[in-house]
Amino acid sequence: MIRSGIVHIVLFFMYVLVQAMLLKNLVLFDSAFCFLYVAFVLLLPFELSTTVTILIGFFVGFSIDIFYSSMGLHAFATVLMSYLRNYWLSVITPQGGYDTGNSPTIATNGVQWFLVYAIPLVFIHHFVLFFLEASSFDMFWYTMLKIMGSVLFTMTVIIFLQFLVPQRRKI
Amino acid sequence: MERLLKFVYEYRAFFTFLFLELTCAWLIVENNQFQSSAYFNSSNRTAASVLGFSQGVREYFSLSTINKDLARENAILRTALEQRNQRIFAEQIPEIKDPLIGNRFEYLGAKVVSNSTQFYKNYITVDKGKLDGIEPGMAAISISGAVGKVKTVSDHFSVLISLLHTDEMVSCVVKQKDYFGTAQWDGADARFTNLRYIPRHANPSVGDTVVTSGYNAIFPKGVLVGVIRSASLNEESPFWDIQVALAQDFSKLSFVELVKSNLKHERDSLESITISEIR
Repeated sequence: MIRSGIVHIVLFFMYVLVQAMLLKNLVLFDSAFCFLYVAFVLLLPFELSTTVTILIGFFVGFSIDIFYSSMGLHAFATVLMSYLRNYWLSVITPQGGYDTGNSPTIATNGVQWFLVYAIPLVFIHHFVLFFLEASSFDMFWYTMLKIMGSVLFTMTVIIFLQFLVPQRRKI
Repeated sequence: MERLLKFVYEYRAFFTFLFLELTCAWLIVENNQFQSSAYFNSSNRTAASVLGFSQGVREYFSLSTINKDLARENAILRTALEQRNQRIFAEQIPEIKDPLIGNRFEYLGAKVVSNSTQFYKNYITVDKGKLDGIEPGMAAISISGAVGKVKTVSDHFSVLISLLHTDEMVSCVVKQKDYFGTAQWDGADARFTNLRYIPRHANPSVGDTVVTSGYNAIFPKGVLVGVIRSASLNEESPFWDIQVALAQDFSKLSFVELVKSNLKHERDSLESITISEIR
Protein backbone atom coordinates (compact mmCIF):
# COMPACT_ATOMS: atom_id res chain seq x y z
CA MET A 1 0.00 0.00 0.00
CA ILE A 2 2.76 2.45 1.01
CA ARG A 3 4.84 1.42 -1.97
CA SER A 4 1.97 2.01 -4.35
CA GLY A 5 1.47 5.41 -2.73
CA ILE A 6 5.06 6.43 -3.39
CA VAL A 7 4.85 5.17 -6.96
CA HIS A 8 1.75 7.28 -7.49
CA ILE A 9 3.37 10.42 -6.05
CA VAL A 10 6.29 10.00 -8.47
CA LEU A 11 3.83 9.36 -11.31
CA PHE A 12 1.90 12.49 -10.34
CA PHE A 13 4.98 14.69 -10.78
CA MET A 14 5.87 12.95 -14.03
CA TYR A 15 2.41 13.47 -15.52
CA VAL A 16 2.34 17.15 -14.50
CA LEU A 17 5.86 17.86 -15.80
CA VAL A 18 5.30 16.06 -19.10
CA GLN A 19 2.04 17.95 -19.54
CA ALA A 20 3.57 21.35 -18.72
CA MET A 21 6.83 21.05 -20.62
CA LEU A 22 6.05 18.82 -23.57
CA LEU A 23 2.36 18.41 -24.30
CA LYS A 24 1.51 22.07 -23.67
CA ASN A 25 3.51 22.87 -26.81
CA LEU A 26 2.12 19.97 -28.80
CA VAL A 27 -1.12 20.99 -30.49
CA LEU A 28 -2.02 19.34 -33.76
CA PHE A 29 -3.67 21.48 -36.47
CA ASP A 30 -4.34 24.21 -33.88
CA SER A 31 -7.27 22.18 -32.60
CA ALA A 32 -6.23 18.78 -31.18
CA PHE A 33 -4.83 19.00 -27.66
CA CYS A 34 -3.35 16.19 -25.62
CA PHE A 35 -4.41 16.26 -21.97
CA LEU A 36 -2.55 13.15 -20.97
CA TYR A 37 -2.78 14.00 -17.26
CA VAL A 38 -6.35 12.64 -17.14
CA ALA A 39 -4.77 9.19 -17.43
CA PHE A 40 -3.38 9.63 -13.92
CA VAL A 41 -6.92 9.77 -12.54
CA LEU A 42 -8.24 7.11 -14.93
CA LEU A 43 -5.56 4.61 -13.96
CA LEU A 44 -5.87 4.95 -10.17
CA PRO A 45 -6.52 1.63 -8.37
CA PHE A 46 -10.06 0.24 -8.25
CA GLU A 47 -10.52 0.19 -4.49
CA LEU A 48 -9.90 3.92 -3.97
CA SER A 49 -12.96 5.61 -2.45
CA THR A 50 -14.77 8.32 -4.41
CA THR A 51 -13.80 11.02 -1.90
CA VAL A 52 -10.09 10.27 -2.26
CA THR A 53 -10.37 10.10 -6.06
CA ILE A 54 -12.04 13.52 -6.14
CA LEU A 55 -9.34 15.03 -3.94
CA ILE A 56 -6.60 13.56 -6.13
CA GLY A 57 -8.42 14.83 -9.21
CA PHE A 58 -8.55 18.29 -7.71
CA PHE A 59 -4.82 18.38 -7.00
CA VAL A 60 -3.92 17.14 -10.48
CA GLY A 61 -6.21 19.66 -12.16
CA PHE A 62 -5.03 22.47 -9.96
CA SER A 63 -1.35 21.75 -10.70
CA ILE A 64 -2.09 21.80 -14.42
CA ASP A 65 -3.98 25.09 -14.00
CA ILE A 66 -0.88 26.72 -12.54
CA PHE A 67 1.02 26.00 -15.74
CA TYR A 68 -1.81 26.96 -18.08
CA SER A 69 -2.60 30.25 -16.22
CA SER A 70 -6.22 29.11 -16.14
CA MET A 71 -7.28 29.11 -12.50
CA GLY A 72 -9.81 26.41 -11.67
CA LEU A 73 -10.57 25.39 -15.24
CA HIS A 74 -8.74 22.07 -15.41
CA ALA A 75 -9.50 21.44 -11.74
CA PHE A 76 -13.24 21.79 -12.39
CA ALA A 77 -13.22 19.36 -15.30
CA THR A 78 -10.97 16.85 -13.56
CA VAL A 79 -13.00 16.85 -10.32
CA LEU A 80 -16.16 16.17 -12.32
CA MET A 81 -14.44 13.33 -14.16
CA SER A 82 -13.07 11.83 -10.93
CA TYR A 83 -16.53 11.98 -9.35
CA LEU A 84 -18.12 10.12 -12.25
CA ARG A 85 -15.28 7.60 -12.52
CA ASN A 86 -16.29 5.30 -9.68
CA TYR A 87 -19.96 5.31 -10.69
CA TRP A 88 -19.02 4.49 -14.25
CA LEU A 89 -16.73 1.72 -13.01
CA SER A 90 -19.59 0.13 -11.07
CA VAL A 91 -21.91 0.39 -14.08
CA ILE A 92 -19.54 -1.41 -16.43
CA THR A 93 -18.30 -4.08 -14.00
CA PRO A 94 -17.36 -7.15 -16.05
CA GLN A 95 -18.56 -10.62 -15.03
CA GLY A 96 -16.70 -11.72 -11.93
CA GLY A 97 -16.02 -8.15 -10.78
CA TYR A 98 -12.70 -6.39 -10.36
CA ASP A 99 -9.63 -7.77 -8.59
CA THR A 100 -8.65 -5.59 -5.64
CA GLY A 101 -5.20 -4.06 -5.94
CA ASN A 102 -5.47 -3.73 -9.70
CA SER A 103 -5.96 -0.64 -11.82
CA PRO A 104 -8.38 -0.26 -14.72
CA THR A 105 -5.87 -0.81 -17.52
CA ILE A 106 -5.74 -2.63 -20.82
CA ALA A 107 -3.58 -5.32 -19.23
CA THR A 108 -6.21 -6.22 -16.62
CA ASN A 109 -9.43 -5.90 -18.59
CA GLY A 110 -8.64 -5.79 -22.30
CA VAL A 111 -8.72 -3.11 -24.96
CA GLN A 112 -12.46 -3.17 -25.64
CA TRP A 113 -13.40 -2.75 -21.99
CA PHE A 114 -10.82 -0.01 -21.58
CA LEU A 115 -12.23 1.99 -24.50
CA VAL A 116 -15.75 1.73 -23.08
CA TYR A 117 -14.37 2.84 -19.72
CA ALA A 118 -12.12 5.71 -20.84
CA ILE A 119 -13.74 7.39 -23.86
CA PRO A 120 -16.90 8.69 -22.12
CA LEU A 121 -14.90 9.99 -19.15
CA VAL A 122 -12.30 11.70 -21.34
CA PHE A 123 -15.10 13.13 -23.49
CA ILE A 124 -16.89 14.59 -20.44
CA HIS A 125 -13.62 16.08 -19.19
CA HIS A 126 -12.82 17.71 -22.54
CA PHE A 127 -16.41 18.83 -23.12
CA VAL A 128 -16.58 20.66 -19.79
CA LEU A 129 -13.05 22.02 -20.20
CA PHE A 130 -13.49 23.54 -23.65
CA PHE A 131 -16.97 24.96 -23.16
CA LEU A 132 -16.02 26.40 -19.80
CA GLU A 133 -13.02 28.03 -21.43
CA ALA A 134 -15.09 29.41 -24.30
CA SER A 135 -17.72 30.45 -21.70
CA SER A 136 -20.31 30.62 -24.48
CA PHE A 137 -21.92 28.47 -27.15
CA ASP A 138 -21.16 31.06 -29.83
CA MET A 139 -18.74 28.86 -31.72
CA PHE A 140 -20.39 25.55 -30.89
CA TRP A 141 -19.16 23.52 -33.85
CA TYR A 142 -15.64 24.86 -33.74
CA THR A 143 -15.47 23.98 -30.03
CA MET A 144 -16.95 20.54 -30.78
CA LEU A 145 -14.24 20.04 -33.40
CA LYS A 146 -11.61 20.89 -30.80
CA ILE A 147 -13.21 18.49 -28.32
CA MET A 148 -13.40 15.60 -30.80
CA GLY A 149 -9.84 16.14 -32.02
CA SER A 150 -8.55 16.31 -28.47
CA VAL A 151 -10.44 13.18 -27.33
CA LEU A 152 -8.94 11.30 -30.27
CA PHE A 153 -5.44 12.62 -29.59
CA THR A 154 -5.55 12.05 -25.81
CA MET A 155 -7.00 8.53 -26.15
CA THR A 156 -4.39 7.56 -28.75
CA VAL A 157 -1.55 8.67 -26.49
CA ILE A 158 -3.06 6.97 -23.40
CA ILE A 159 -3.46 3.65 -25.24
CA PHE A 160 -0.05 3.94 -26.87
CA LEU A 161 1.61 4.53 -23.52
CA GLN A 162 0.00 1.42 -22.04
CA PHE A 163 1.46 -0.75 -24.73
CA LEU A 164 4.78 1.04 -24.53
CA VAL A 165 5.19 0.80 -20.75
CA PRO A 166 4.82 -2.86 -19.82
CA GLN A 167 2.27 -3.30 -17.02
CA ARG A 168 2.82 -5.93 -14.40
CA ARG A 169 -0.34 -7.83 -13.69
CA LYS A 170 -0.75 -8.12 -9.97
CA ILE A 171 -2.43 -11.31 -8.80
CA MET B 1 -27.65 17.03 14.89
CA GLU B 2 -26.30 13.52 15.05
CA ARG B 3 -28.55 12.48 12.19
CA LEU B 4 -27.44 15.48 10.18
CA LEU B 5 -23.79 14.57 10.67
CA LYS B 6 -24.60 10.99 9.78
CA PHE B 7 -26.31 12.18 6.61
CA VAL B 8 -23.32 14.32 5.63
CA TYR B 9 -20.97 11.41 6.34
CA GLU B 10 -23.13 9.06 4.28
CA TYR B 11 -22.90 11.36 1.28
CA ARG B 12 -19.38 12.63 1.96
CA ALA B 13 -18.26 11.93 -1.61
CA PHE B 14 -21.04 14.08 -3.00
CA PHE B 15 -20.42 16.90 -0.55
CA THR B 16 -16.67 16.88 -1.21
CA PHE B 17 -17.48 16.97 -4.91
CA LEU B 18 -19.85 19.89 -4.45
CA PHE B 19 -17.39 21.79 -2.29
CA LEU B 20 -14.48 21.35 -4.72
CA GLU B 21 -16.57 22.28 -7.77
CA LEU B 22 -17.79 25.42 -6.06
CA THR B 23 -14.20 26.29 -5.14
CA CYS B 24 -13.15 25.83 -8.78
CA ALA B 25 -16.09 27.89 -10.06
CA TRP B 26 -15.15 30.66 -7.66
CA LEU B 27 -11.52 30.51 -8.85
CA ILE B 28 -12.61 30.71 -12.49
CA VAL B 29 -14.83 33.73 -11.86
CA GLU B 30 -12.11 35.40 -9.81
CA ASN B 31 -9.56 34.78 -12.56
CA ASN B 32 -11.78 36.30 -15.23
CA GLN B 33 -11.79 39.63 -13.49
CA PHE B 34 -9.05 41.86 -14.78
CA GLN B 35 -6.11 42.73 -12.54
CA SER B 36 -6.54 40.20 -9.80
CA SER B 37 -3.40 39.34 -7.89
CA ALA B 38 -3.18 35.60 -7.88
CA TYR B 39 -0.32 33.54 -6.58
CA PHE B 40 -1.23 30.21 -8.14
CA ASN B 41 -0.68 30.88 -11.81
CA SER B 42 2.26 30.74 -14.16
CA SER B 43 3.80 33.86 -12.59
CA ASN B 44 4.56 31.53 -9.68
CA ARG B 45 8.33 31.20 -9.60
CA THR B 46 8.61 27.41 -9.74
CA ALA B 47 6.01 27.11 -12.50
CA ALA B 48 7.65 29.88 -14.51
CA SER B 49 11.10 28.33 -14.32
CA VAL B 50 9.75 24.97 -15.50
CA LEU B 51 7.96 26.67 -18.39
CA GLY B 52 11.05 28.79 -19.06
CA PHE B 53 13.11 25.68 -19.57
CA SER B 54 10.89 24.32 -22.33
CA GLN B 55 10.60 27.78 -23.91
CA GLY B 56 14.42 27.98 -23.82
CA VAL B 57 14.69 24.80 -25.86
CA ARG B 58 12.16 26.11 -28.39
CA GLU B 59 13.82 29.51 -28.55
CA TYR B 60 17.15 27.93 -29.42
CA PHE B 61 15.71 26.86 -32.75
CA SER B 62 14.37 30.31 -33.60
CA LEU B 63 17.50 32.27 -32.65
CA SER B 64 18.24 33.33 -36.22
CA THR B 65 14.73 34.75 -36.67
CA ILE B 66 15.02 36.62 -33.38
CA ASN B 67 18.35 38.07 -34.42
CA LYS B 68 17.01 39.11 -37.78
CA ASP B 69 14.05 40.85 -36.14
CA LEU B 70 16.31 42.68 -33.70
CA ALA B 71 18.61 43.84 -36.50
CA ARG B 72 15.60 45.03 -38.47
CA GLU B 73 14.26 46.95 -35.49
CA ASN B 74 17.67 48.53 -34.89
CA ALA B 75 17.79 49.70 -38.48
CA ILE B 76 14.28 51.17 -38.30
CA LEU B 77 15.03 52.96 -35.03
CA ARG B 78 18.33 54.31 -36.34
CA THR B 79 16.66 55.66 -39.46
CA ALA B 80 13.88 57.27 -37.43
CA LEU B 81 16.38 58.86 -35.05
CA GLU B 82 18.47 60.21 -37.90
CA GLN B 83 15.42 61.67 -39.65
CA ARG B 84 14.32 63.30 -36.44
CA ASN B 85 17.75 64.78 -35.78
CA GLN B 86 17.88 66.19 -39.30
CA ARG B 87 14.46 67.73 -38.93
CA ILE B 88 15.27 69.33 -35.62
CA PHE B 89 18.49 70.70 -37.13
CA ALA B 90 16.98 71.88 -40.42
CA GLU B 91 13.74 73.35 -39.19
CA GLN B 92 14.92 74.59 -35.82
CA ILE B 93 12.07 72.76 -34.06
CA PRO B 94 12.60 73.10 -30.33
CA GLU B 95 12.83 69.82 -28.41
CA ILE B 96 9.83 69.08 -26.22
CA LYS B 97 10.33 71.29 -23.18
CA ASP B 98 8.34 69.44 -20.54
CA PRO B 99 10.35 66.35 -19.59
CA LEU B 100 7.22 64.75 -18.10
CA ILE B 101 5.51 64.78 -21.50
CA GLY B 102 8.73 63.74 -23.20
CA ASN B 103 9.15 60.76 -20.88
CA ARG B 104 5.50 59.76 -20.85
CA PHE B 105 6.22 56.19 -21.81
CA GLU B 106 9.02 53.96 -20.53
CA TYR B 107 9.91 50.71 -22.26
CA LEU B 108 11.15 47.58 -20.50
CA GLY B 109 12.31 44.56 -22.47
CA ALA B 110 11.16 41.12 -21.30
CA LYS B 111 11.53 37.56 -22.47
CA VAL B 112 8.53 35.34 -23.10
CA VAL B 113 8.51 32.32 -20.80
CA SER B 114 5.27 30.72 -21.90
CA ASN B 115 2.74 31.50 -24.61
CA SER B 116 -0.27 29.89 -26.23
CA THR B 117 -2.42 30.71 -29.24
CA GLN B 118 -4.88 27.84 -29.51
CA PHE B 119 -7.22 28.51 -26.60
CA TYR B 120 -10.06 31.03 -26.47
CA LYS B 121 -8.36 32.82 -23.61
CA ASN B 122 -4.63 32.93 -24.19
CA TYR B 123 -2.09 34.21 -21.70
CA ILE B 124 1.61 35.03 -22.04
CA THR B 125 4.09 34.72 -19.17
CA VAL B 126 7.18 36.96 -19.23
CA ASP B 127 10.27 37.08 -17.03
CA LYS B 128 9.92 40.59 -15.57
CA GLY B 129 7.90 41.27 -12.44
CA LYS B 130 7.05 43.62 -9.62
CA LEU B 131 10.72 44.13 -8.69
CA ASP B 132 11.41 45.41 -12.23
CA GLY B 133 8.60 47.93 -11.97
CA ILE B 134 5.89 46.00 -13.79
CA GLU B 135 2.35 46.76 -12.68
CA PRO B 136 -1.00 45.31 -13.72
CA GLY B 137 -2.52 47.31 -16.57
CA MET B 138 0.70 48.03 -18.44
CA ALA B 139 0.74 47.46 -22.20
CA ALA B 140 2.97 44.96 -23.98
CA ILE B 141 4.19 45.52 -27.52
CA SER B 142 6.76 43.84 -29.74
CA ILE B 143 8.84 44.78 -32.75
CA SER B 144 5.94 43.98 -35.03
CA GLY B 145 2.99 45.37 -33.09
CA ALA B 146 0.69 45.27 -30.08
CA VAL B 147 0.78 42.14 -27.94
CA GLY B 148 -1.42 42.57 -24.86
CA LYS B 149 -1.60 43.97 -21.37
CA VAL B 150 -0.35 42.89 -17.96
CA LYS B 151 -2.87 40.96 -15.85
CA THR B 152 -1.04 39.75 -12.76
CA VAL B 153 2.48 40.23 -11.43
CA SER B 154 4.66 38.31 -9.00
CA ASP B 155 8.12 39.38 -7.82
CA HIS B 156 9.98 38.09 -10.87
CA PHE B 157 7.35 37.19 -13.47
CA SER B 158 4.13 38.53 -14.88
CA VAL B 159 1.19 37.16 -16.84
CA LEU B 160 -0.12 39.13 -19.82
CA ILE B 161 -3.52 38.91 -21.44
CA SER B 162 -2.75 38.29 -25.08
CA LEU B 163 -4.60 40.12 -27.87
CA LEU B 164 -5.75 36.57 -28.60
CA HIS B 165 -8.15 36.57 -25.64
CA THR B 166 -11.86 36.75 -26.36
CA ASP B 167 -12.49 39.28 -23.57
CA GLU B 168 -9.62 41.61 -24.44
CA MET B 169 -10.64 44.80 -26.23
CA VAL B 170 -8.22 47.39 -27.61
CA SER B 171 -9.26 50.81 -28.83
CA CYS B 172 -8.03 51.18 -32.43
CA VAL B 173 -8.13 53.59 -35.29
CA VAL B 174 -8.00 53.06 -39.06
CA LYS B 175 -4.90 55.08 -39.77
CA GLN B 176 -5.48 57.00 -42.97
CA LYS B 177 -9.18 57.56 -42.31
CA ASP B 178 -9.35 58.27 -38.58
CA TYR B 179 -12.32 56.05 -37.78
CA PHE B 180 -12.33 54.58 -34.28
CA GLY B 181 -13.21 51.03 -33.41
CA THR B 182 -12.40 48.21 -31.02
CA ALA B 183 -10.23 45.22 -31.82
CA GLN B 184 -11.55 42.01 -30.29
CA TRP B 185 -10.59 38.44 -31.10
CA ASP B 186 -13.33 35.92 -31.93
CA GLY B 187 -11.33 32.86 -30.83
CA ALA B 188 -10.97 31.13 -34.18
CA ASP B 189 -7.78 31.91 -36.08
CA ALA B 190 -4.64 33.18 -34.33
CA ARG B 191 -3.61 35.15 -37.44
CA PHE B 192 -6.65 37.41 -37.59
CA THR B 193 -8.62 39.61 -35.24
CA ASN B 194 -11.83 41.58 -35.72
CA LEU B 195 -12.32 45.31 -35.76
CA ARG B 196 -15.75 46.17 -34.35
CA TYR B 197 -17.91 49.29 -34.11
CA ILE B 198 -16.72 51.00 -37.30
CA PRO B 199 -19.89 52.92 -38.34
CA ARG B 200 -21.71 52.42 -41.63
CA HIS B 201 -20.74 55.76 -43.11
CA ALA B 202 -17.02 54.95 -42.85
CA ASN B 203 -15.22 53.63 -45.90
CA PRO B 204 -12.51 51.23 -44.77
CA SER B 205 -10.80 49.36 -47.56
CA VAL B 206 -8.63 46.27 -47.74
CA GLY B 207 -5.00 47.13 -46.97
CA ASP B 208 -5.68 49.99 -44.55
CA THR B 209 -3.44 50.02 -41.49
CA VAL B 210 -5.03 49.64 -38.05
CA VAL B 211 -3.15 51.17 -35.10
CA THR B 212 -3.96 51.74 -31.42
CA SER B 213 -5.80 54.99 -30.72
CA GLY B 214 -4.22 55.84 -27.38
CA TYR B 215 -7.68 56.54 -25.95
CA ASN B 216 -7.47 54.17 -23.01
CA ALA B 217 -4.05 55.32 -21.72
CA ILE B 218 -2.73 51.75 -21.74
CA PHE B 219 -1.29 51.54 -25.23
CA PRO B 220 0.67 54.49 -26.60
CA LYS B 221 -0.87 56.08 -29.67
CA GLY B 222 -0.04 54.59 -33.03
CA VAL B 223 1.17 51.07 -32.15
CA LEU B 224 0.58 48.83 -35.14
CA VAL B 225 -2.15 46.20 -34.69
CA GLY B 226 -2.53 44.92 -38.23
CA VAL B 227 -3.77 45.45 -41.75
CA ILE B 228 -7.39 45.15 -42.89
CA ARG B 229 -7.83 41.86 -44.72
CA SER B 230 -11.49 41.98 -45.56
CA ALA B 231 -14.32 44.42 -44.95
CA SER B 232 -17.99 43.77 -45.60
CA LEU B 233 -21.22 45.54 -44.77
CA ASN B 234 -24.34 43.61 -43.86
CA GLU B 235 -27.71 44.94 -44.94
CA GLU B 236 -29.12 45.40 -41.42
CA SER B 237 -26.00 45.71 -39.28
CA PRO B 238 -25.11 49.18 -37.96
CA PHE B 239 -21.38 48.44 -38.14
CA TRP B 240 -18.85 47.13 -40.61
CA ASP B 241 -17.67 43.53 -40.42
CA ILE B 242 -13.89 43.90 -40.60
CA GLN B 243 -11.18 41.26 -40.35
CA VAL B 244 -7.66 42.43 -39.54
CA ALA B 245 -4.51 40.42 -40.25
CA LEU B 246 -2.42 40.76 -37.08
CA ALA B 247 1.02 42.32 -37.51
CA GLN B 248 2.49 40.15 -34.76
CA ASP B 249 2.73 36.42 -35.42
CA PHE B 250 1.77 35.21 -31.94
CA SER B 251 3.07 31.71 -32.48
CA LYS B 252 6.59 33.10 -32.85
CA LEU B 253 6.59 35.56 -29.98
CA SER B 254 9.86 35.50 -28.01
CA PHE B 255 10.58 39.03 -26.75
CA VAL B 256 8.19 41.79 -25.75
CA GLU B 257 8.51 45.34 -24.50
CA LEU B 258 6.38 46.45 -21.58
CA VAL B 259 5.19 50.03 -21.75
CA LYS B 260 4.95 51.98 -18.55
CA SER B 261 2.67 54.98 -18.92
CA ASN B 262 3.98 57.54 -16.42
CA LEU B 263 1.06 59.91 -16.70
CA LYS B 264 -1.61 57.21 -16.49
CA HIS B 265 -2.54 57.96 -12.87
CA GLU B 266 -2.85 61.66 -13.50
CA ARG B 267 -5.02 61.07 -16.54
CA ASP B 268 -7.19 58.44 -14.86
CA SER B 269 -7.82 60.58 -11.79
CA LEU B 270 -8.67 63.59 -13.96
CA GLU B 271 -11.10 61.52 -16.01
CA SER B 272 -12.72 59.98 -12.94
CA ILE B 273 -13.30 63.46 -11.48
CA THR B 274 -15.02 64.48 -14.71
CA ILE B 275 -17.15 61.35 -14.73
CA SER B 276 -18.23 61.82 -11.11
CA GLU B 277 -19.14 65.45 -11.80
CA ILE B 278 -21.41 64.40 -14.64
CA ARG B 279 -23.23 62.10 -12.24
